[in-house]
Amino acid sequence: MTRAAKVGWSRIALIVGSVVLLEVLCRTKIINPLTMIPPSTMAVKLYEILASGQMTDDIIQTFSTVAIAFVFSVIVGLGIGALVHALPRVRRAIDPLLASYYSIPFFVFYPLLIALFGLNTIPLIAIGVVFATAAMVISTLNGLDRVPRVLVKTAKIYRMSPLSTVMLLTLPSAAPYLFTGLKLALAYAFIGIIAGEFILSGGGLGFSIAYAYQNFDNDTMYALMMFVLVVVTLMNAILHMWEQRLLKRRARA
Amino acid sequence: MMRDGASGSAPVMTGQDRGAHAVLRGVTRVYPGAMAVHALGPIDLDIGHGEFLAVVGPSGCGKSTLLDVLAGLNPPTEGTITFEDKPVHGTVPDGVGVVFQEDASFPWLTVHDNVAFGLRRAGVDATEIERRVTYAIGFMGLKDFTKAYPAQLSGGMRQRVCIARTLVMQPRLILLDEPFGALDQQTRLLMGDELLRLWRETNATVMLITHALDEAAMLSDRVGVMSARPGCFIDVLTTGWPRDRDSRIVADSAFGTLTGKLWSLLRGESLKAIGSREGLTQSAGA
Ligand SMILES: Nc1ncnc2c1ncn2[C@@H]1O[C@H](COP(=O)(O)OP(=O)(O)O)[C@@H](O)[C@H]1O
Ligand SMILES: [Mg+2]
Repeated sequence: MTRAAKVGWSRIALIVGSVVLLEVLCRTKIINPLTMIPPSTMAVKLYEILASGQMTDDIIQTFSTVAIAFVFSVIVGLGIGALVHALPRVRRAIDPLLASYYSIPFFVFYPLLIALFGLNTIPLIAIGVVFATAAMVISTLNGLDRVPRVLVKTAKIYRMSPLSTVMLLTLPSAAPYLFTGLKLALAYAFIGIIAGEFILSGGGLGFSIAYAYQNFDNDTMYALMMFVLVVVTLMNAILHMWEQRLLKRRARA
Repeated sequence: MMRDGASGSAPVMTGQDRGAHAVLRGVTRVYPGAMAVHALGPIDLDIGHGEFLAVVGPSGCGKSTLLDVLAGLNPPTEGTITFEDKPVHGTVPDGVGVVFQEDASFPWLTVHDNVAFGLRRAGVDATEIERRVTYAIGFMGLKDFTKAYPAQLSGGMRQRVCIARTLVMQPRLILLDEPFGALDQQTRLLMGDELLRLWRETNATVMLITHALDEAAMLSDRVGVMSARPGCFIDVLTTGWPRDRDSRIVADSAFGTLTGKLWSLLRGESLKAIGSREGLTQSAGA
């Protein structure tokens, strides 16, 4: 077995072990059943919820909101990152702000956004974008900083236009950092939007979890939490695998 | 254009034999900014058609700056440059190839695609690209690494990828900036032989920047010796080697004499370069 395979298997073993342990602790009532239900019960309940279709609208709402916020953040983040990179003065002004960006509790502005746009998906998209864009900007700047100057000279040797220089040299060169930006932007968009739904909204997964919680519907609450966890983990795993495939060739043998 | 003699005694090429390929007149370069750096010149230099010119000088004297200006990567602050009788000013003319001091291989492309990059940009047709890329890869001894990525290669092999990438474009003037700087002495001598072979086969004009005096003495028709910054040519020595030379020339007594002469020209300048740097560290420490 290769080293990577061993690591992979031990990771899976750790997850399975934790789930089994939780199951045992719940079944033996060491964990109070009113506090937490066994994972197997969560899974069964989740299956019922998904099969009944009662949650389909909420699921679609949350994922489409996340998708919109993600795509928007990536495009805007790339644009702002490239612009700021090209303007060193703006860069010097903005750098400290970016460094402390995530210490700002943006959720205090959420009620303001609702007051401005109404109780619909726009405030949610906005909060997702506010969360995710900065990560993309930071990653873009990081990537562009590390594009070797000699690549720009090489572009001049081949007499490439600014556009083809960016598309064929700058972006591929910065790709590992941009990928980090993509992963962070997706994670932040999810966090922002689920949390926003949780606090105040008319639908979505976050809203449904909060709703179940307020109605002491532990089974539904835990089932939905499990759903969110599994989906986010899967998405991350797919992005991670894609990233590894891209990076493998660039790693030192 | 003159035909090379078919006989074994190849003629000695100097800048004057076939007329000038590139001409620099009063060229200077000042890096602008709050602390403007006068990095180069004034330079007056003729590089002959098919000549192999080496340039040596202490580090920081402006060798890379000279290459940038001559290649059209940066405009000169003063003076004029002509290549094939056309002025060069801040854009790279057709027919000029550059191998940079830094590793300029594209880590996301295979060796094959690295070498094919420029040809694809230039819209050369696919069969011709394959023909030239295969030849260049074979020429640089990279046949077994066609599908490898640069990260899987040693520094010297990556530099060879960059040379192959320049070679496929069939440049008429090849500028190399300390291409073997990272290699050990033995490998450097062998790479020097490769470079001579390339020069003979392509009939290109070559300017090789190096900090290694033996490399300069062994490879070139003429060696330009630069002063400490701002770099100017103190002297240009003619080596008098035959065209079909190789690294075995280092055993020649004339080689020792030449290297000795280069060093006596450079010693003072190198001391200046080191001295000015020591001065800097002292003032930085104070
Ligand atoms: N982009 C730049 N801006 C300002 N100064 C520079 C720049 N590039 C090089 N220099 C300075 O110009 C001088 C010559 O540099 P360079 O041509 O790279 O020297 P060499 O290649 O001979 O070592 C050095 O003192 C260097 O610090
Ligand atoms: Mg240099």
